[in-house]
Formats: sequence, C-alpha cells, structure tokens
Amino acid sequence: MTVPHDVVIVGGGGAGLRAAIAVAETNPALSVAVVSKVYPMRSHTVSAEGGAAGVIGADDSIEEHIYDTISGSDWLADQDAVEAFVREAPEELLRLEHWGCPWSRTPDGHIAVRPFGGMKKQRTWFARDKTGFHMLHTLFQTSLKYPPVTRYDEWFVTKLLVDDGRVAGVVAIELMSGRIETITAKSVILATGGCGRVFPFTTNAAIKTGDGMALAYRAGVPLKDMEFVQYHPTGLPFTGILITEAARAEGGWLINKDGYRYLQDYDLGTPTDRPVLRSMELGPRDRVSQAFVGEVEKGRTVDTPWGPVTHLDLRHLGADLIDSKLPFVRELCRKYERIDPVTDLIPVRPVVHYMMGGVHTDIDGATPVAGLFAAGEVACVSINGANRLGSNSLPELLVFGARAGRAAAHHAESAAPAGPAVAAQARDEHRRLEQDLRRRGEGSERIADIREQMQHTMEGSAGIYRDGTSLAKATGTLRELQERSATATLDDASRAFNTELTAVLELSAMLDVAECMVHSALRREESRGAHQRTDFPARDDERYLAHSLASRGGDGVPQVSYLPVTITSWPPGERVYGR
Amino acid sequence: MPDQITLQVARYRPEQESKPTFDEYEVPLRDEWAVLDALNYVKDKLDGTLSYRWSCRMGICGSCGMTVNGEPALSCATFLVDYAPGPVRIEPLRNFPVVRDLVIEMTDFMHKLSRVKPWIIESEEPAPIGEHGEYLQTPAELAEYHQYSMCINCMLCYSACPVYGVDSLFVGPAAIALAQRYNLDSRDGGAEDRLTVLSDHDGVWGCTFVGECTRACPKGVDPAGAIQRYKVTAATESVKAFLLPRGGST
Repeated sequence: MTVPHDVVIVGGGGAGLRAAIAVAETNPALSVAVVSKVYPMRSHTVSAEGGAAGVIGADDSIEEHIYDTISGSDWLADQDAVEAFVREAPEELLRLEHWGCPWSRTPDGHIAVRPFGGMKKQRTWFARDKTGFHMLHTLFQTSLKYPPVTRYDEWFVTKLLVDDGRVAGVVAIELMSGRIETITAKSVILATGGCGRVFPFTTNAAIKTGDGMALAYRAGVPLKDMEFVQYHPTGLPFTGILITEAARAEGGWLINKDGYRYLQDYDLGTPTDRPVLRSMELGPRDRVSQAFVGEVEKGRTVDTPWGPVTHLDLRHLGADLIDSKLPFVRELCRKYERIDPVTDLIPVRPVVHYMMGGVHTDIDGATPVAGLFAAGEVACVSINGANRLGSNSLPELLVFGARAGRAAAHHAESAAPAGPAVAAQARDEHRRLEQDLRRRGEGSERIADIREQMQHTMEGSAGIYRDGTSLAKATGTLRELQERSATATLDDASRAFNTELTAVLELSAMLDVAECMVHSALRREESRGAHQRTDFPARDDERYLAHSLASRGGDGVPQVSYLPVTITSWPPGERVYGR
Repeated sequence: MPDQITLQVARYRPEQESKPTFDEYEVPLRDEWAVLDALNYVKDKLDGTLSYRWSCRMGICGSCGMTVNGEPALSCATFLVDYAPGPVRIEPLRNFPVVRDLVIEMTDFMHKLSRVKPWIIESEEPAPIGEHGEYLQTPAELAEYHQYSMCINCMLCYSACPVYGVDSLFVGPAAIALAQRYNLDSRDGGAEDRLTVLSDHDGVWGCTFVGECTRACPKGVDPAGAIQRYKVTAATESVKAFLLPRGGST
C-alpha cells in the first residue's frame, strides 16, 4: 500500500517538529507526515540539559557569538552558516517562549541566561537543567494544533526512495503491526539525530543509531566531517549519563585525585573561585576532554571498575543553588550514583556525546539529492566544524529545522510527481525486509555480539586520541563486521513490535556510519578540534582547512574527498582560552 | 548477596498465543543494574524475542514504564538490588491493551492529550512584553505551573488510576495536569477553551481522589492536586454558565 504526502519528515525530535511546524506555517495546504521510530516526546532532544545559546544581553553582540563559535570549531565551521545561525537563534528561542517554553527567568521576569563553555558572554537560555526536555515537550504539544501535520508514531524508516537524483518518499515499517508501507513525498527532511551508540560509552539514548545518516549515505549523499566526534567531559561512569556543563557554568570545579584543578596544566587558564568565561572549567569540550587523558597518563586519576575518573566538585555551591539551578544533576547523582552532590564529589569521565559531522547540506538544509533535506544533529551544515560549543545544538535544531522546513515546503510546491521507477524500488525494499524478517533464524552470531565488537573497535581506534595504525586496522575490522552482520541470527520471526528486527536494521546503519568515521579520520592527517592524531599532532591549514566528504563506493567502502571551508571575515587563527 | 536473580517476565505474542504467559530468566544481580539493564541482558544474551520500549535510560524520555512486582515503575530508574533476593516480576503497565510482551498501546492517551489543547492559546489580555519581544513572566508566575510542566508522559499515573481502570473514557491524570499546566501559565488565555473537556463528567468529575496518580508519578508531579484544584474552577465556571445569560438567547 502507498500513502501520499507532500512532505515527509523522518524523526520527531526538536529539529523534526520545528520543521513540521515550519512547513505547516509556510503553506497550510501541504500535507506533512512526521514519521518517527518512537513517540515524539521520547526523542533524544529530551535529554539535553544545560541550555540554548542566543544573543540577548545588552553587553553581548552577534559578532561575539559568531567568533566564539568559529574559534570553538577550530575554524572548520562555514562562516556564512555560522552568521545565519547566530542571527536567527534569538528569534527562534523567542518563538519557543511564545509557544510556552518555561524558560528560567530573572526576578523581574526577563529571560535569564547563564555562562557556558567556550562562550565569551552569558547568552545561554535555560529551563533549569532540563532545557531539552522542556523544548521538546513545548514543540510537541504546540505541533498538535497544526491540522496539516499527520504523525506516524513508532514507524521505522528503512529506505529513501530516490529516482533520477530526486527524492520520492520512504519505505517504513509500522512497528505495532509489522506492516510495511510506502510513503511518497515530494520533499523528505531527515531529522533523526546523531549516532552516539556506535561507541560503547555515550550519553546518547538507545535510539541514537545514525539511521538518517545511513539512509542518506545509501541514497548517494556524502556524510561530511564524520571524523569529528565530541566527547563531553563529564559523564557518569557505567551509565554514561550526562552531567551538564551548566554544573561548571554555575561554578563547579574539575579536580583530580589530589584535589587539584588540573585544567590549569593544559593551557586553559588559572583557577579562580568564581567562574571566568572561556577559561578553566568553561573551556571548550574538546580541550577539557583531552586534559582528562593527560591526567590518566600522569597517573592522577582515580581508578574505578568503570575506568579512570576525575571528580566534579559542586559542594561549595550549596544546596540552594543546586536545587534551583541544577536539580536534575542532583536527582541523577542520587539515583544512579547514590551520592549527593551537595556533600559528595561526582565521579566523571569523558563520554561520547555529539556528532559534529553528518549529512552534507547547504545553509537551507538541502542535500545534493533534489528534495532531500536534513536538519539537527543528523546534518552537517556546518556550524560546528571540528568542535561544537555547548548550548549551540539546541538553537541549531530550531534555526535549521525551520530553514529546512521552509525550503522543503517551497520545493514540494513546485516538484513534479515521482516516476514509475520508484514503485519498483519500493517493491524491492518490501522484499528485502520480508527476507530479513523470516529467513534469519539459523544465523551464526547474535546481533548484540557484533554490536559490542563494533563499539569496542570504535573506542579503540576513534576515541579522543587516534593514530593511523589503529584507524587502518579498524577499517578492516568494520568491513568484516559488515559481512558478519548480514548473516546474524534473528530469534524473532514475528511481526508485532519486533524489536529484534529494528535492532539489526540499526546495527546495519551504525556500521555504515562507523566506517565513514574511521575512513575520514584515517585520511585527515592533522589534529584539529575533536580529531587528535598522535602521529600528526599539529593543525594543517594548508592541506585540511576543508570538510571531508565520505561517499559510498561501488564496493560499499567509503571514498573520502574534500570541500573547502567557507571563510568570510574570520581568517584562521590560534584558539586562545584562559589568557 | 547472591550473584543471580530470577526475572519473571510477562510474555504475550499475539501471533502465537491468545493470552499472556510468564517466562523466567536468571540474570546477574549487579549492584548498579537497573531492572532495564537486566532486561537488556536477556534481550542481548538469552532471548532476542523479548520486546519492550526503552531509550534514554535516565528517567526523562518516559518510554520504559512497566509493572515491577505489582507497582508501576520506570524500569530504568528501579534497581535490581532493591528486589533481592527476588524473584522480580515484570509485567506491562496495567489499564492498557498489550501489543506484545511489555509493550502497551497508548494511542488513547495521545488523543486525550490533543483534546485538552496543550498549547498556548492567545489571551485577550496578553502578558506584558519585554524589550526583546518576550512575554515577561516572574519566577513566581513560572512557579504557578512549573510542576505540571514536568510530566514525561510515562503513563505510570494511568496505570495506577483506579478510575481509568474501570472507565477508559476518563481523561485521566497526566492530560488534566497538562491542561492545568497551560491554564495556570500567565501567557495563556485558553482556560475557557479547555473547560468543555475538563468539566465534562469524563473530565475532572470522573476522579474520585484516590491520589494513586500522585504517588505513582516518578517526576514529582501532583496530578491529583491539579484535578482537585480544577474542580473548584469548574464548579465556579458551571455556576457562572448557569446564571449568566447565554449568547443568542436575547
């Protein structure tokens, strides 16, 4: 069966919902489908804690936010995209305010802002420390008032239909029934978020498996800057649960086993009692995570069953401040570590958090395939370059979700209907899924075993520090895992809510994405932002002031090429923090 | 402490069996494991056919509500050691149709949520506007509704609600709390629009104030309080509606 819509949005998180509203507001005559593998309010935007950056203070300026973002990106961000992003972020955050987002306020009722890492001014809007949760629920509840938006909750998209360089829709499985359906569209927006689950230790929710990246990659769209993986400096050991950067913005300290604020040894400034912007604990995430590795090498971390940790010290902030500004941090520590940050040190270690890379798009979210757009973490515009600043990703999904929504609406207004080749493609995909569903009971290996080996390979080769030898070895290991995953066992041959089928589809997406990361990291023989090569420790603007583009080769192996970075007014310079 | 614990997990495979059964699994009893970690162990190592929802594993996405030893709980925020030496009985949330194993059908809630219009409805007397175009809202005004904005839609309150158990038409705790979240927001003027749904006999009047919803809520929301508070509003409004002249009647 085939269901027609004008615009299909894959993913119902912040970017997808913002895009859906933008389509409905641009042209209410267009029908919009939001197709998501989970109910929208389960999307991973829900886990974002610290805040959303947008210039609002009288002492702040657009230029300063642009400069912070570009220097934070180690000059790999496209400067025209950063300019658009910074200019549009405040109006998008205000729109959320009008839609009811419970932003924290100053005593006189204005929007409150807090400091954040790598930002020279206070410009991070927040809703206590559940900013993503409140933004997502505000967007979701607001989206319910737009009649053109039809939701396909718990539908898993398995393929993009593309004919003659134009997108024509998707094939998806309705999880509840197991029914396979074709949904046609003139425009498709990918808004599926990131892929942290490629690694074993991540803040990311179970659903973050790179589905949208793999869909685009298989449809011929390059994945850009995939070697840039952000480690957040403060995850809880074992679970990987995020302890927000806002904990440091509110005055928290990072200390090693001797109680020493070790960031001062890594060119990040000198310790002061009160937080200083762009200094020490308010340095950028790449540099703060790299400092942790330095402490491990110096033997100044604390060993735990879950690996070495340092400590985040909030005790001097007091219960009142913690309860009013960081209540979720306290809740998470109590629940998952059985400690109280008011009286105890929080054990933390760097944890995979965010993909700077993603589906190659232009400033309107458009990919090289006509009618196919991407926005949010799944996309790489790029405003984040080699290192994203904390609190830039929430406004990014609003700004570029809205841009992609408007562009997709305009495209759908004028696009011609799809050709007959699309129906054949859809039939092939239905057949592939039926076979995967039914013929795998006698496979050789468990899905979870292959997934674990992939995660282990990625941690060993594409972590905070990399080198050519381990990356080259990982390319071979991942190829082998691809082959083995094609014959993995599926215990479950049923249709109703078959989560083993989705697990194998997710594994396949993650393997594609992992291969792109490793090949892109191997080719980039320099160190920039979150990509640190021990065998090439310096930044090399001569060769690599460029985005990597990983395209799927005929043999399934990624082919890497390069695209120059757009520089407008900010020539590459030294990244200076704390001095 | 023993190093294993038994899970008794409710299974329902609609294509194979007409009613639910239980499967038993032995899993490691680890100090740091949530019930969800034990289910993931089963899924990954023992039996790939077990189906359940989960995602954030930090108590904020609302996916993994289940009945654990008879009580509604988020399985990611409920720990195995608290049930030692076991067994731990894991069933789907009560009061919902079961799709498969531990997966319940919750489209009824999604319809009810839409019906209470959980979005800002423009007010005839808008809140004051600041210099950036934002509605001013003092911390005290924020505190009026903030608690009700913390609902994660996990369905534990519906599972605990004895009224919803016998009358699925009841709008229910979370949807009413979210309606109140907007009614009490200084930026909102939609209270009257939500009155029809809320003051209907399937609205707040359905509630017999047992308070199970508030006890079940993992996020400290007080839906029972929201419902009681709204009963006062609804009573006043219906008296007004009775006494005041109706439009078109003159």
